[in-house]
Amino acid sequence: MSQVMIADRVPTHELMTSGHLACPGCAAPLAMRLVLKALGPQTIVVMPASCWSIIAGPWPQSSLKVPLYHTAFETGAATASGVRAALDMQGDRDTTVMVWAGDGGTFDIGLQALSGAAERNEDILYCCYDNEAYMNTGVQRSSATPRGAWTSTTPASHPEASAKKDIVAVLAAHHIPYIATATVAYPVDLLEKVKKAKAIRGTRFLHILSPCPPGWKFPDEATIELARMAVACRVFPLLEIEDGVRWRFTMDDDTTEPLQPYLRCQGRFAHLTDEQIAQFQSDVTARWKWIERQVAASE
Amino acid sequence: MKKVIIGNHAVSWGARLARAEVISAYPITPQTQVVEELSEMCADGRLDARFLKVESEHSAMAACIGASATGARAFTATSSHGLALMHEMLHWAAGGRHPIVMANINRALGPGWNIWTDQTDSLSQRDTGWVQLYCETNQEVLDTTIMAFRLAETVDLPVMIVLDAFYLSHTAEPVDIPDQDAVDAFLPRRQARFKLDVSDPHAFGALVRPDSYMEMRLQLQEAMERTRDVFDRVEVEWQQRFGRRYGAVEAYRADDAELLLVTSGTITSTARFVVDRRRERNEAVGLVKVKMFRPFPVERLRALLGGARQVAVLDRNLSPGRGGIFSEETRAALYDLPEETRPAIHGYVVGLGGRDVTPTVLDEIIDRTRASAVPEREDVWVGVNP
Repeated sequence: MSQVMIADRVPTHELMTSGHLACPGCAAPLAMRLVLKALGPQTIVVMPASCWSIIAGPWPQSSLKVPLYHTAFETGAATASGVRAALDMQGDRDTTVMVWAGDGGTFDIGLQALSGAAERNEDILYCCYDNEAYMNTGVQRSSATPRGAWTSTTPASHPEASAKKDIVAVLAAHHIPYIATATVAYPVDLLEKVKKAKAIRGTRFLHILSPCPPGWKFPDEATIELARMAVACRVFPLLEIEDGVRWRFTMDDDTTEPLQPYLRCQGRFAHLTDEQIAQFQSDVTARWKWIERQVAASE
Repeated sequence: MKKVIIGNHAVSWGARLARAEVISAYPITPQTQVVEELSEMCADGRLDARFLKVESEHSAMAACIGASATGARAFTATSSHGLALMHEMLHWAAGGRHPIVMANINRALGPGWNIWTDQTDSLSQRDTGWVQLYCETNQEVLDTTIMAFRLAETVDLPVMIVLDAFYLSHTAEPVDIPDQDAVDAFLPRRQARFKLDVSDPHAFGALVRPDSYMEMRLQLQEAMERTRDVFDRVEVEWQQRFGRRYGAVEAYRADDAELLLVTSGTITSTARFVVDRRRERNEAVGLVKVKMFRPFPVERLRALLGGARQVAVLDRNLSPGRGGIFSEETRAALYDLPEETRPAIHGYVVGLGGRDVTPTVLDEIIDRTRASAVPEREDVWVGVNP
């Protein structure tokens, strides 16, 4: 798709301002900017502790032009449930209540509240921008950190030992109406998924891979390319899941790029041996095949 | 309308008459009938509210905060470990200045695992910025629940109503239930001064740097200090409309008393009985009931206790390593009195984990206090097995 065509399909109105406090090259503000373009001004954002707590700006500033409630780390989905309930009591069924949380606030400390809200099928859109570690506190591992990665709590001599938690499968097991994965490398795909999610009632979950230059150790200008490579080498498949049971790949084509270049351009994987890369590849392949079986069972 | 109801249902009736709009709760003994009754009220339409049956007390408070921040009147109830789990969000509710009302049924904390009454759960939350109001009867529970919303929404602080496990929560008493119209006139629908509103977007709860944090804390403290007067005004209006008033502090047969008991919660009722009996024998014994713990009614206590020869403070709670919490607070409040009017303060730890505090226990406390001009120790434990 040409750049002109993409530009035509991205709404021009902005609900996020310049002057935000993200690091250079951070994918998270790009993701927010696009998501808000798709949602529009009738949106309330609930934000548990994350990099975005800083990016949004200190009191009395805000880099968002929509209402924003900063809440405690583990409470994104619960706080949003309360916002939704209050809007319902006011007869407002149209405003979208969006949680904007990082991987720590979603995969780890916020998982209980998220599971509760998903089980109750609260009418909220939960967006997790996933930079695969606790970046705001200085790159400590989370359960979203991939196996083999360096973080400040998994030194290169003892890198992350566990595979990344399959959060999408966890949410699918709750049978919520809509789950999707997206990255900033595919903005039109991201916008379309948000628009689709906006029109659905019930709990909707959007998992956005968010490359982090200082945490993953790559040059600021490579963010979009990293996000694209993660999809192309099947580390981060682009998906939609309806009601937890109807799985669908949403990529334009199914050609696969090799894993090696994706890993080799990130300092957090610099220590990996060929053997460890082979192990990484086998994790990626196994998960891809598992998803293929879900997709096949959906057809 | 008079009904014979348990304390927990008095809470439910209070929340219903206050027209709580969002209720979010998680079950814990001995709080469960509060939320069971409210879920019935919501299910059959007697109460028009969204009831969120969340997966933990932590989420219950977080949902109340979200609802309150969006302008709704939010309510929850809990006890003991549930309250302890909420701790982080209690700070969030107060710091965010959200006028949430919560009932806490006083229950001991484990281990040893114990479901019976003990004030240490609520008193452990004293520094969170919640107003705390302790109740003695089911009527007081119902009245205080409704007044709590008016108070909370006037000072923009969360309010905790506190009642004893079982002695109130599960004990039935006749309660006068006010008419909805009369309650509506006393407590109109909430008009939030600030809220999440797409037509007027603002960010709430963002990072606050050292150059502003202290001023926000000062505002919280000033709101707490205003709360004493606002509570009095709310009670005066309640009395005008419904004929009942409790007071942040109540003096009972305290005139000319040489010895004053200081109590809170249901021990107060037992103490009234014992004081009556002593007065019949022409003994100068009186009682001061503390309803409001935060903000602490310092001036009121100085006025009522100053001049007595002896004060015996009863604590059904424990700050390990220090002692009874009401006696510690009372000593601090009275320290600045001139020496000639400052009473000797005898602290007594009683009734932990639901142990009965009988008239015999109170008689022992009175006799021991009168027998020693200076306190035996800062805290004497009474009713402990040898």
